Amino acid sequence: MQKVQKYNAIMTGNEAVAVGVKLARVGFISAYPITPQTTIVEKLAEMVANREITAKYVEVESEHSAMGAVFASELAGVRSYTATSSHGLLYMHEMLHWTAGQRLPVVMSVVNRSIGPPWNIWSEQTDSMNQKDTGWLQVYCESNQEALDTILMGYKIAESSDVLLPLMSMEDAFILSHTSEPVDLPSQEEVDSFLPGFDLPFRIDTGTPMGYGSYSTPDGPFMELKRDMMESMRNSRRIIERVTREFADAFGREYSGLVEQYMMSDADYALIASGTLASTGKYVVGKLREKGWKVGLIRIRFFRPFPDEELVKAVSGLKGVGVLDRSVSFSPAGSMANEVRAALYRKSNIPVAGFIAGLGGRDVKVEDFQNMFQMIRDGFSGSTYVNVRGGA
Amino acid sequence: MSGEVHDMPFSIPREEFMEPGHTACHGCGATLAMRYVLKALGKNTVVSVPASCWAVIPGAMPNRTLDVPMVYTPFAATGASITGLRAAFDILGKEDYNVVGFAGDGGTADIGLQSLSGAMERGHNVFYIMYDNEGYMNTGVQRSGSTPYGAETTTTPVRAEKNFKHQQKKVVADLMMAQGVPYVATATVAYPEDLIRKIGNAKKIVGPKFIQVLSPCPTGWYFPTEKTVEISRMAVQSGMFPLYEYYDGKLRVTKPSRPVSIREYVSAQDRFLHLEDEDIERLQATVDQRMKTLLDKERETSGA
Amino acid sequence: MMRIPIADVSSRANHTDSWRILRPDIDYSRCIRCMICWKFCPDNAINVSESSEIKSPNERVARLEAPVIDMDYCKGCGICANECPEKCIEMSYESRGGN
Repeated sequence: MQKVQKYNAIMTGNEAVAVGVKLARVGFISAYPITPQTTIVEKLAEMVANREITAKYVEVESEHSAMGAVFASELAGVRSYTATSSHGLLYMHEMLHWTAGQRLPVVMSVVNRSIGPPWNIWSEQTDSMNQKDTGWLQVYCESNQEALDTILMGYKIAESSDVLLPLMSMEDAFILSHTSEPVDLPSQEEVDSFLPGFDLPFRIDTGTPMGYGSYSTPDGPFMELKRDMMESMRNSRRIIERVTREFADAFGREYSGLVEQYMMSDADYALIASGTLASTGKYVVGKLREKGWKVGLIRIRFFRPFPDEELVKAVSGLKGVGVLDRSVSFSPAGSMANEVRAALYRKSNIPVAGFIAGLGGRDVKVEDFQNMFQMIRDGFSGSTYVNVRGGA
Repeated sequence: MSGEVHDMPFSIPREEFMEPGHTACHGCGATLAMRYVLKALGKNTVVSVPASCWAVIPGAMPNRTLDVPMVYTPFAATGASITGLRAAFDILGKEDYNVVGFAGDGGTADIGLQSLSGAMERGHNVFYIMYDNEGYMNTGVQRSGSTPYGAETTTTPVRAEKNFKHQQKKVVADLMMAQGVPYVATATVAYPEDLIRKIGNAKKIVGPKFIQVLSPCPTGWYFPTEKTVEISRMAVQSGMFPLYEYYDGKLRVTKPSRPVSIREYVSAQDRFLHLEDEDIERLQATVDQRMKTLLDKERETSGA
Repeated sequence: MMRIPIADVSSRANHTDSWRILRPDIDYSRCIRCMICWKFCPDNAINVSESSEIKSPNERVARLEAPVIDMDYCKGCGICANECPEKCIEMSYESRGGN
């Protein structure tokens, strides 16, 4: 992933995110505590107490209110941030639509955690997958470095006048959020020259009284407003590519835009995965390559905008592909597998296997990946569960 | 007396911040409440309104009816939105902006109570105006926590079963006093001078201010549209809706000067049409008890 | 050009006269200019006029500004007539051509 690896700190994913928020010169932070997000907001509160940042930090009484407060401060013209997880994200759901619909480029961290019952605090993507149609850009990070860098790139992408949509950046619970890794912290000067200050063109001003939100009849601008959101989501691909390049120029770390391809140039079979599951997948690809299997891995970084064109290109020449979902969806397959299948429809005729794995933080082991690659090689095109008791 | 000239005919500020052409129902009390609140606060004000009558009163896009910015929010987000607005304006050096949450009784007593309570507890320098029309009027007159005992609504219909609201009104202003909000008051549209004076007092306090404004609704209370102000006046005179002001730890209750009976008050509105003598007596007893509680508290807090 | 959900046109563009069934008429010869009708108008449809052409009960009143109902916006709720201490506002059925 990175061209140049240089590290000057060791920190958890949540600490790295907090440092990213500091470097982005966020003005307003509002949040409600939920495991495993807590160490992000604790760290930010500590930074405020230490006068390391001048942001105003308000701990509210619920996640719905956290997004309600961030929505309003962003509309007033202040760069704003929140973080949550799991049920907290579900509780915010209404406000996610409202913030995106008002075209406010908030950036939020989501520490991916399962949804109960039963209660379970471990890694799973059902929380954020449930928000895929809220109008937020979605980035699934693979490392603590990427979690930090995505905050910086995130504001620049979201605040672009061609996008003006909010962005959520995901970290896997505990695997990133609470695990220390080497991280390269950019300097404030470097970040300041990369990320300009926030200037919302339609921010609230008592000199220009307007209604923000209002209502629309069926013949009013409602449908056009929604169409424009969908178009801005599509257009954001171009901005993502540009900002990713600018980031590489500024910091020497090169990300791959919407999807990352690992050992794909001569691959016959590939697995599509996201987050830290992609890391294990890459390791297994290496192992299978040693045995002569021509396999590769495609990591979905951005699930919104959905990288349909990128995936069509990435699978061209393959004989089979599989999609790994770490979330629950009561549809024919997992959410990612469904969308990959839709994207490849009539663009590719290779079998697309769907795997659901790792729910509630269940480990997805090396041998599970080997089995998945085996099934892909065998031409499996159905959907199944991985490492589940009582049979798939 | 007929023919007498008033030296000061304008008892409230003349400047308007609510324009005509809005789409409120005939005789809307909530519209008067907004008109007076903005007269009291002036141009440098930002209003946040959740789902409620006031979310449709300005009319469909692209219309606005206020001469100040108005932020529309989902139902439960009023307290949270004024939190974010206040913080942002302070960050931007706009400390002189008045931040006002303007929500109905459903959005305050019911779905928005948590958000309201949180915002008040955190002590932000904001106004929260609850325009109390005693039910979900915008959605077609359903029962809210703030609907009074005895009222028929579309979800407390009186048919073979007399399923009018059998519970007492949840008075959010009383809750706010109990929570220790530094400024709490009740007001109603029949007394705009009183409401505007109270906002003036509230403005002197840097911190959260809560004012519950009874806003009669001809559409939902089933009375003729010309009676809005009259009903509002009767609500105070009967003791059904006592006016008070609470700040500096002291409660000041406006004593009804010309008492009207509860029977007269409920007789003027068809939402109470079905009430029998014993129901009215029960209501009268609770009204008397509440007035006594308030006057006791006034005595306790006056230090006398 | 993307659209932002913003409402920025004054509702003055929206005339509500067609809502009116009952029409208020002020008998200026009895109107004392107390402005109570203006104060309680929920539609903000009563303007203040300095015109000296308007009738008045006496010369002192004639010097005061008078309430004038803007029939583009009056919905005819009747609060003004109900609250008028002089009972000099009369509500009568609107006679409007068929539409």
